[in-house]
Amino acid sequence: MSDLVADLLAGKHSALARVITLIENRSSGYREIISDLHQHTGTADVIGVTGSPGAGKSTLVDKVAATYREQGQTVGVIAIDPSSPFSGGAVLGDRIRMASNAGDMDMFFRSMSARGSLGGLSTATTDAVTALDAFGKDKIIVETVGAGQNEVDIVRTADTVAVLVPPGSGDDVQMLKAGILEIGDVFVVNKADLDGADRTVQQLREMLQGQSGRPDSGHHGATELAGDHGDASTDAADDEADESETWNPPIVETVANRGEGVEDFLDALANHGAYLDRTGRREGQARERFAAEIRTLLREDANELLVDELDRRGGIEQYVDAVIERHTDPYTVVDEVLEPLRECLDERRDGN
Amino acid sequence: MKTHRAVRTGMSVEQEQTERTIRCLVAKVGLDGHDRGAHVIARALRDAGFEVIYSGLHRAPDEVVQAAVQEDVDVVGISILSGAHNTLVPKILDGLREYDAFDDRLILVGGIVPDDDQAELRGQGVDEIFGPGASMEEMIDYIHENAPER
Repeated sequence: MSDLVADLLAGKHSALARVITLIENRSSGYREIISDLHQHTGTADVIGVTGSPGAGKSTLVDKVAATYREQGQTVGVIAIDPSSPFSGGAVLGDRIRMASNAGDMDMFFRSMSARGSLGGLSTATTDAVTALDAFGKDKIIVETVGAGQNEVDIVRTADTVAVLVPPGSGDDVQMLKAGILEIGDVFVVNKADLDGADRTVQQLREMLQGQSGRPDSGHHGATELAGDHGDASTDAADDEADESETWNPPIVETVANRGEGVEDFLDALANHGAYLDRTGRREGQARERFAAEIRTLLREDANELLVDELDRRGGIEQYVDAVIERHTDPYTVVDEVLEPLRECLDERRDGN
Repeated sequence: MKTHRAVRTGMSVEQEQTERTIRCLVAKVGLDGHDRGAHVIARALRDAGFEVIYSGLHRAPDEVVQAAVQEDVDVVGISILSGAHNTLVPKILDGLREYDAFDDRLILVGGIVPDDDQAELRGQGVDEIFGPGASMEEMIDYIHENAPER
């Protein structure tokens, strides 16, 4: 075990920060660090928060984190911002909103940029969550702009996913149609004091009801927390593990900058956590996550291996030339490059 | 004094090819509401390919320390135009030392700092001070040349 891992486990803030840097940079040795940390994880609640830019994610996360801190829980936040595809640079501004937790070292806030070229942002996020979990954080919040597959993958590292929707504009509902509706466990209409908030709540409820693709969707659709208080939590609370129980994503209204509705939001998160425990879905989710992680790593590592092999054979360009000249075709090229690998695997299998 | 550019140990060729992204904190500290300059600098650093964490206005020294430690930045850029640098900067430096986050960080101060104070701040651990008239290129080059090896 390296000194860095020992320092992190001993609760040294700078060690945690450095480990996340190594994860982000894919520096040599980061894999060993994650391997060492893995056995110390599994105790944190991981919450994903996503939504369009300006929905109020950072402000809500700030208030949520402050409330958890008041309850005596330690909090880690990973906030992911886009980076420029041209310069690779980024201005990471989510920290500005963390005013309620200023100077509180037990509230660990880390900005990460979506560094396109390095790829594997979801892997980096998963690893950063591992580091925060091993450090002993009770609650870990992953905050990201909700657009596209990358973000969907990222929030899947969370046990509970909250989707924020600002009121008023149809465009945000359009955004939701692109697939984020399916991943929300809790919906938040933030800035609920603005005109159009009621309408947005109404639209959301209709959309959640109309959803057929949701794997665990219920028959009564969404319940608004303020009115019909989370029926999923109340009727089944005294039951034993009921795997057929479904989760109806509640819609919570908040005014994050004034702290209104934050308690309701926390209740909704807690209800979903209880639901996961009650139905055994928490374990199921963890299994799915680890399976996905193993698959991703296999793909990445195998890809790296093959890139090296291509380089050894003189690079991809000569193959491209041959394909353009119609001497060969992409499928044949791939078969050729993969042949030694197949042979090797066959040999190993025969050997046993 | 600090020794930046530590001896490279065990760096493979592969690693050096993928250049590390330099992370900078741009911090406004104290009762100083002038952030146009800090914004311009944040944008210039971003366009130079750095990752910039902007603190927002009116930060206390311990907030700057918190940000510098948690974000594990390579460069701590402190912008002060209020004249309170002699009070605020040492507090930040002490905080960084307390959290073991001083040695491998470049500490820059930007703003209006009289010559006498400059020497004092440098003595306390500030690496460089950029006053009025300093160009973006100058600062970006300085960071490229002096960013700590980790």
